[in-house]
Amino acid sequence: MKSKKLQRVDFIFDCAGCEPIEVVKKALKMSREEVVSSIIESGLKGRGGAGFPTGMKWKFAKDEVADTKYVICNADEGEPGTFKDREILDVVPNKVLSGMAICAYAIGSKEGIIYLRGEYNFLLPKLNGQIDEFNNNLSKIGLDFAVSIRSGSGAYICGEETALFESMEGRRGEPRNKPPFPTKSGYNGKPTVINNVETLVYTAMIINMGVEEFKAVGTMDSRGSKVFSVSGDTPKAGIHELELGLNVADFVEEFGDGDTKAVQVGGASGHCVPRKLFKETIIGFEGIPTGGSMMIFNSTRSMFNVLNDYLEFFAEESCGQCTPCRIGTQQLIKGVEQVKRGEMQSEYLDQLIKLTETMKIASKCGLGQSVANSFSSIVTNFREEMIY
Amino acid sequence: MSKIKLTIDGRKVQIEQGKTILDAAKKINVKIPTLCYHEDLCVAGNCRVCVVEVAGSRALQASCAIPAQEGMEIRTNTPKVRNARKDIIAMLVSEHNTQCTTCYRSTNCELQTLSAEYNIDNNRYLSILKPNIEVDRSSWSIEKDDSKCVRCQRCVRTCSELQHVNALTVSHKGKDMKISTFHDLPLKDVVCTNCGQCVNRCPTGALTERRYFDEVWEAIGDPTKHVVMNTAPSVRVALGEMLGYPVGTRVTGKMVTAMRRLGVDSVLDTDFSADLTILEEGTELLVRLKKALVDKDDTVKLPLLTSCSPGWVKFCEHLYPDHLGHLSTCKSPQQMFGALTKTYYADKKGIDPKDIVSVAIMPCAAKKFEANRGEMKDSGFQDIDAGLTTRELGHMIRQTGLNFLELEESTYDSIMGESTGAGVIFGATGGVMEAALRTAYEIVTGREVPFADLNITAVRGMEGIREASILIEDAVPEWSFLEGVEMKVAVAHGLINAREIMDQIAAGESPYHFIEVMACPGGCIGGGGQPIPTNEEIRKARVAAIYEEDMNMTLRKSHENPEIQTIYKDFLKEPLSHVSHNLLHTTYRKRQHY
Repeated sequence: MKSKKLQRVDFIFDCAGCEPIEVVKKALKMSREEVVSSIIESGLKGRGGAGFPTGMKWKFAKDEVADTKYVICNADEGEPGTFKDREILDVVPNKVLSGMAICAYAIGSKEGIIYLRGEYNFLLPKLNGQIDEFNNNLSKIGLDFAVSIRSGSGAYICGEETALFESMEGRRGEPRNKPPFPTKSGYNGKPTVINNVETLVYTAMIINMGVEEFKAVGTMDSRGSKVFSVSGDTPKAGIHELELGLNVADFVEEFGDGDTKAVQVGGASGHCVPRKLFKETIIGFEGIPTGGSMMIFNSTRSMFNVLNDYLEFFAEESCGQCTPCRIGTQQLIKGVEQVKRGEMQSEYLDQLIKLTETMKIASKCGLGQSVANSFSSIVTNFREEMIY
Repeated sequence: MSKIKLTIDGRKVQIEQGKTILDAAKKINVKIPTLCYHEDLCVAGNCRVCVVEVAGSRALQASCAIPAQEGMEIRTNTPKVRNARKDIIAMLVSEHNTQCTTCYRSTNCELQTLSAEYNIDNNRYLSILKPNIEVDRSSWSIEKDDSKCVRCQRCVRTCSELQHVNALTVSHKGKDMKISTFHDLPLKDVVCTNCGQCVNRCPTGALTERRYFDEVWEAIGDPTKHVVMNTAPSVRVALGEMLGYPVGTRVTGKMVTAMRRLGVDSVLDTDFSADLTILEEGTELLVRLKKALVDKDDTVKLPLLTSCSPGWVKFCEHLYPDHLGHLSTCKSPQQMFGALTKTYYADKKGIDPKDIVSVAIMPCAAKKFEANRGEMKDSGFQDIDAGLTTRELGHMIRQTGLNFLELEESTYDSIMGESTGAGVIFGATGGVMEAALRTAYEIVTGREVPFADLNITAVRGMEGIREASILIEDAVPEWSFLEGVEMKVAVAHGLINAREIMDQIAAGESPYHFIEVMACPGGCIGGGGQPIPTNEEIRKARVAAIYEEDMNMTLRKSHENPEIQTIYKDFLKEPLSHVSHNLLHTTYRKRQHY
């Protein structure tokens, strides 16, 4: 598959030609159907990691008949290696709020809530003021919608949309059974659109610049651009918005330190790409999708330690309710440790890869389902590091 | 209601909208294994044992949690499904204390059964059982062994959905996630009512009743001790389930024989003291009504609440401590029995009460706690020395090697072995109310209750709260102040329903005169000490057996029990007498609400 060249883009942070409240006004001049179909046509997929088509989400919620609907901004940014939502909320909060307002108009919602990661509470003083001002502006332009903030409760799992609802409703953050999906029964059992911070900004930008201009960026499967959180062995750690569809080789060329051994695309729940696969691996929905986390490892790093860290993270951050995730994560840690110490044969790694397959198909939510990604990609590509 | 069509393993099935894949599979007798699923509880979908393949979906789906949808194609038995299930069960086993040979629930454990079905060998995964897990044996009633917990959360759901007590809850997350109490306090120090409903629904040996049968065996074997056992009404309709009989079989006669064969000196019937309760509590009700209606005493607490169910009593003490005055001061039949065993019975039999060991066989876990309440020593000794569950009796009978099915039937010993149908129906929700009405109405009007065959069907059934009223006409002179009064009564079972009743009382809006409350769903037949498993169908079968037993009795009104008449003549004198007060009535206290 042909990849795109590395191309820097600035849709998110550039504010020239984009006054957020004006974008909302522009949306209000469109019909609700037009707003939704614009987002569908744009091909925008969720930027939180799962990549569900945003426009379809809005359509499902719009088609629901209910007295109350909610728009929730998922700002529980917890994936290891990602920090872009924090920056977006800090620098361009009004763009996020306009995305929420546009969604509210489209689906018929009067209440929006930002679920803000507990560790980001330092953003609150500034953010609260901006929200108040934005809410005022919304009522001035005649949109009956207001946004408030809920501080997250400190668990990675609360970023999973239904666990997030549970948390907001005052219960343990444990994922729900799906269906019903949030667009039918979400927060308080009401139709809910829950979008990632970055996704919401893109919806506003699509309304602002028009579908065609947005679609011109990226590829067939991965429309538009993406904000990446680059970290690890890189001289350019930080936040970079790039056109989607580039390959890992070009990414490494730009961001690596010249000695890059592997790139973990998509955080702990993503995939590890080894050097030999850099060229053929596309960053995007046709290759490896990512919520933005890009961790670069050079040859001084032990991939056994990397994997072990991820596994410990999962074993701690699993909500613990479902068997494959709670026990599977512990088995993986114990298994790789024993293989490393020579207490188990190296073939046991194959048994563990099978175990991650079970976790992938039988876990209740995305957390347990995605442990297989990093586990099998690291164990398969760095098997000797696991054993010796 | 609209129907959904789907196929399961190539077979077509139709089912109502809203039902799950699991429901649909059951309908065509396709068995899908489950663990966290329980018919009495909301769906959790967390064990993942019931996963199936749904065409078009990459991941497997938990059949208990996913609604059946039009056109679904389900496969329940493919290599993908079998491998995943086997992996999941093997994982559960890897986290489990697999000392099955020493487990009370061995041979009646759902994990053990699944493990056997899927042939889980011991070396697929490493053991991740946490070391040094201490069993919580702080409670008189319930033991909690986290090393056997599969985290299905059935107990948590039971405690919250059925009982609204929330003594058990989930704490921590990930690898540390466990079932805990408030601040991880020992069970004895939290709001636990000891109802034991969690025990009935625990699939493994993580929650069990605290066992006392070894002490009882010791006493039976001790020639200096006179062991008296009394059996609660609902034991006789459930014990058979453990010993080879179908659900809902009455085994009263065989049970009595079996207990005698255990070596018990005297086998007596708690139904006797149930009848006695009716006389005491019925009179208490009438006295309260008189004080309220005639003396205009506004300190009288009405409605009167029954106090036979120790889980319910403790629930009030924890959660409604300001309204304890509504509880009848009557001890439960078990405790009345104990107090009389070591006074009246000892005297009549010429046995020194210090040599008597009184054992109560109960459908209940809370009775163990009740027996050990500090105030239950009115005979001068501990009134009840040991409270055993139906399950413990079943185990004792198994231990003797008796062939229960072949045993001859026999009748209870005397004295305190005589009972009526009114005493028997104490075992089902609504039974105390029905028995009380049969007697109280007759005392007040001189006539039998105006219902065919004395069956007051309005208070029977499985609805959470039921109400009825009965108009008093042509009262006898002594009770003429009740003339024209419409007695309003209510019956509640399951503590979530009790809460509704109590909230009404707390708000001063209770329209009733008398309310029966049982802690357990279905009343004592669904008690926390009854054979496992339980579900609505099983409870209904036991209830039916209770009413059958009642219909088969010659005497069906408590006040007609000849032994009751004798005990009042010879010993108690009259209901609420001084002796009654000393031996048969008790007090309650406030307890912490967490």
